[in-house]
Amino acid sequence: MAIAIAVIALVALNAYVLLAGADFGGGVWDLFATGPRRADQRALIAEAIGPIWEANHVWLILVVVLLFTCFPPAFSGLAIALHIPLTLMLIGIVLRGSAFAFRSYGSSDDAPQRRWGRVFSIASLLTPLLLGVCIGAIASGRIGTMLDHVARGAPGESFASLYLLPWLSPFTIAVGALALALFAFLAGTYLTVEATDDVLREDFRRRALFAAIAVFVTAFLALLLARSRAPRVSAGLIASAWALPLHVLTAVAAIGAILALRFRRWHVARIAAAAQVSLILWGWAAAQAPYLVPPSLTVENAAAPRRTQLIFLVALALGALVLFPSMTYLFRLFKTARVHETVPTGRNDSV
Amino acid sequence: MGDLLAARSQMAVSLGFHILFAVVGIAMPVLMVIAETRWHRTGDAMYLELAKRWAKGTAILFAVGAVSGTVLSFELGLLWPSFMRFAGAIIGMPFSLEGFAFFAEAIFLGVYLYGWERISPRAHIAAGTVVAVSGAASALFVVIANAWMNTPAGFRLQSGLPVDVDPIAAMLTPAAFPEVLHMLLAAYAATGFAVAGIHAMMLLRDRRNAFHRRALAVALIVGVPAAIVQPFSGDISARYVARWQPPKLAAMEGQFRTEAGAPLRIGGIPDVQAERTRWALEIPGGLSLLAFHDAHAVVHGLDAVPRRDWPPVPVVHVAFQVMVALGTYLALLGLWIVVEAWRRRDLAANRWLMRAVALASPMGFLCIEAGWTVTEVGRQPWIIFGVMRTSDAVTPMPGLIVPFLVISALYCFLGVVVVWLLYDLVMRSPITRESDGAAAAPAAA
Repeated sequence: MAIAIAVIALVALNAYVLLAGADFGGGVWDLFATGPRRADQRALIAEAIGPIWEANHVWLILVVVLLFTCFPPAFSGLAIALHIPLTLMLIGIVLRGSAFAFRSYGSSDDAPQRRWGRVFSIASLLTPLLLGVCIGAIASGRIGTMLDHVARGAPGESFASLYLLPWLSPFTIAVGALALALFAFLAGTYLTVEATDDVLREDFRRRALFAAIAVFVTAFLALLLARSRAPRVSAGLIASAWALPLHVLTAVAAIGAILALRFRRWHVARIAAAAQVSLILWGWAAAQAPYLVPPSLTVENAAAPRRTQLIFLVALALGALVLFPSMTYLFRLFKTARVHETVPTGRNDSV
Repeated sequence: MGDLLAARSQMAVSLGFHILFAVVGIAMPVLMVIAETRWHRTGDAMYLELAKRWAKGTAILFAVGAVSGTVLSFELGLLWPSFMRFAGAIIGMPFSLEGFAFFAEAIFLGVYLYGWERISPRAHIAAGTVVAVSGAASALFVVIANAWMNTPAGFRLQSGLPVDVDPIAAMLTPAAFPEVLHMLLAAYAATGFAVAGIHAMMLLRDRRNAFHRRALAVALIVGVPAAIVQPFSGDISARYVARWQPPKLAAMEGQFRTEAGAPLRIGGIPDVQAERTRWALEIPGGLSLLAFHDAHAVVHGLDAVPRRDWPPVPVVHVAFQVMVALGTYLALLGLWIVVEAWRRRDLAANRWLMRAVALASPMGFLCIEAGWTVTEVGRQPWIIFGVMRTSDAVTPMPGLIVPFLVISALYCFLGVVVVWLLYDLVMRSPITRESDGAAAAPAAA
C-alpha cells in the first residue's frame, strides 16, 4: 500500500511538473521576450497562464501534504536538510504568484506593469532551478547521510558541511539547470499550440527548439556528474533491466518532439514533450526506488501507520471525484477552441 | 534572539500574514456572488460593476493567500520537523482534505475571474458559489488541524511515540467545533465590515454615490449577522477552553489563583512576578458564570500547573481583552445597523453611523489577529497541548533569525504593495449619483 501511495505522490509531482512547470517556463520566456513582437509574446504567456496557474500550483500542495501524511520521517528529514534551498524556493513561489497577480489585476500603467513583469519572470527562473537542486540533492544521497550526522548530534561538523554542501554541488546545479530547461521546453512547446497567429507560433517554435538543445546539454551533464555524485541513481539508470527500454522511450519522445516541431505538428509536439519530461521524472524515481531519501529512508520504513494510509487513500479517491471533473472543465473552458477577440487578458481587461 | 524565539516569530509572522488573505478568500466570494445575483434580479448594471471590481481585488488577495499558504505548509516542516514527524500521520487527513478544497477554490476562481464572457450567467454564479463554499471548507479543515494541537486525540503514547493512530478521531476533537465556528463567523464579520468600512468612508465624502451605497448594503448583509452571532460562539469557545485547557483560560483572564466564584476581569495588566492582575475592573463571580454558567463554580488558576507550563500570561491576557473589546464593538454596531434598517432609515445618510462603520473597517482583522494570538500563544509552551513542547519540535538548524528576517521583510513588502494596489482600485471607483439613475460609468482600467 505504501508503494501505491508513493506512486500517487509521483503522479502528483508529475502533474505539477507538466502543468505548473510550464507556467514557470512561461515566466522564463517572459523574461527572454525579444524582438518586435515582445509585447505580443508576453500577452500570450499571460493569457495562457492566467486562468490556470493557481489550480496548477495546488499540485505542489498535494505532494507536500501527501509526503507529510504518509511519509512523515521523509518530510521531516527533507525539511531539516533542505531548509535553505526550500526557503529560497518558497520566496520564488511567493514572488512569482504575487507579481503575476499584481501585474494582471493592479494598475495597467506601463511602469508598474514592467516592474511586476520583471519580478514575475525572474522568480519564474529561480524557482525551477531550486526545485531541481532539491531533487538533485535527494538523488545524490548526501541528504540522508547528513541527517544521520544530525541524529548523532553532528560532532565536529560545520554549518556549511551540514546545511549547505549536501545540496550545493555541480551535480545538483546541473539537475537544477535541467529542470529549468525542461520547464522552458514544455512552455515553448505548449505555447506553439496556444499562439494566436503563425508569426507568434514561429517565435515559440524557435524557443522550444532552443530549449530542447538546452535539455540535451543539461541532461548529459547531469548524467555525467551523477556517476560520481549520485552513484546509486546513476547505476540504476545504466544497469537496471528497465534502463534500456526507458532510454529508448525517452529518446523516441525527445526526437519525436523535435521532429514534430520541425514539421510544425504542434499537438504532436506537445504530447511528445510532455511524455519526454514525464519519462525523465519516472526514470529518476525508478532508479532511486525503493528509497525516498537515500541511503536510509525507504518507502516502507518511512511509511505512516497502515490505518492512516488506508484512510488517506479513501480521501484521495473522494477528492479525485471532485478534482478531475473540475480540472477537465477548467481546461476545456480555457484551453480549447479559443475565440481570441473576446478573451480578456490581464493586460487590457476592460472592466 | 535565540533560535526557538526566531522560529516562533517566523511562524507568527507567516500565520498572521496569511490569515488576513485566507479570511478574505473565505468571505469575499460571498459578497461577489450576492452582488452578481442582485444584478440578475434587478438588472442594475452597477451590481455587475461591483462584482467585477470585488473580483479584481479578490484575485490579488487570493493569489497572495495561496502562495503564503504554501509557505506555511512547508514551514510546518522547515521550522518544526519533529512536530511533523510525530503528528503528520495523525493530522495529515484534514490537511489532505484541505488540499482538495483548495483545488476546487483555485479552479473555480479561475473560471469565475476569466469566464465572464465564456459561460452562461447561471454557470458563472455557480462557479462563484463553489469558490465560496470551498473557501469555507478550506478554513474548516485547517482549523480542525489546529484544534488537534489544542486537544490532541486519536493516538496513544507509547515510550514517547504515537501508536494506535486514528486520523478520524483526530479530526473530531473537542476544540474542533468551537474553533471552526468562531473562525468562520470571524471571517464573514471581519471581511463584511472591512468592505463596508471602505465604502462608508467614500459615502462620508459623497453621500449620494450609488455605487458605494450598493456596495455598503451587500457588505453589511454578510458582516452584520456574523458580528451579532459571534458573541454566542465566543461563549461556546470560552466554555470549551475552561474545560479542556484551564491554563489557557487562566492566562486569558489573568487568573493566578484557583478559586470558586472567580471574578471577570475587564482590562488590567497581569504581573507574573507578584502573581496577580492589577488595575482590572473586576465583576464578582463573572468569570465563573461565563465559563461554567454558574457564579460559584471553581475556576482553575495558573497555580494549578507548574510554572514551566505557564503560557506568556500578559500577552494572552491583553490579546484576549483586545479581541473581546473589538468584537463587542462590531456586535453592538451590528445591532445599531439592524435597528436603523428595521426603521427603514437611510443608513448612508446617518453620518454618525457611517463614521462608526468606517472606524470598524480594520477592527475585524485586528480582532482575528488578537484571537489567533490567544489561541496560539495561550497553548504555549506546548506545540501539542500536554504532549510535545514547542522547544522540542524546533529544527536543529542554527541561525534561524536569518530566515525569520527574510520572510518578515518579504511579507512587509508584499503587505505594503497590496494595500497600495487596493487603495488604487478603490480610488478608481465610478462616480454615479443615485439621482442620475444611469448605468455605471465605464471606469479606466
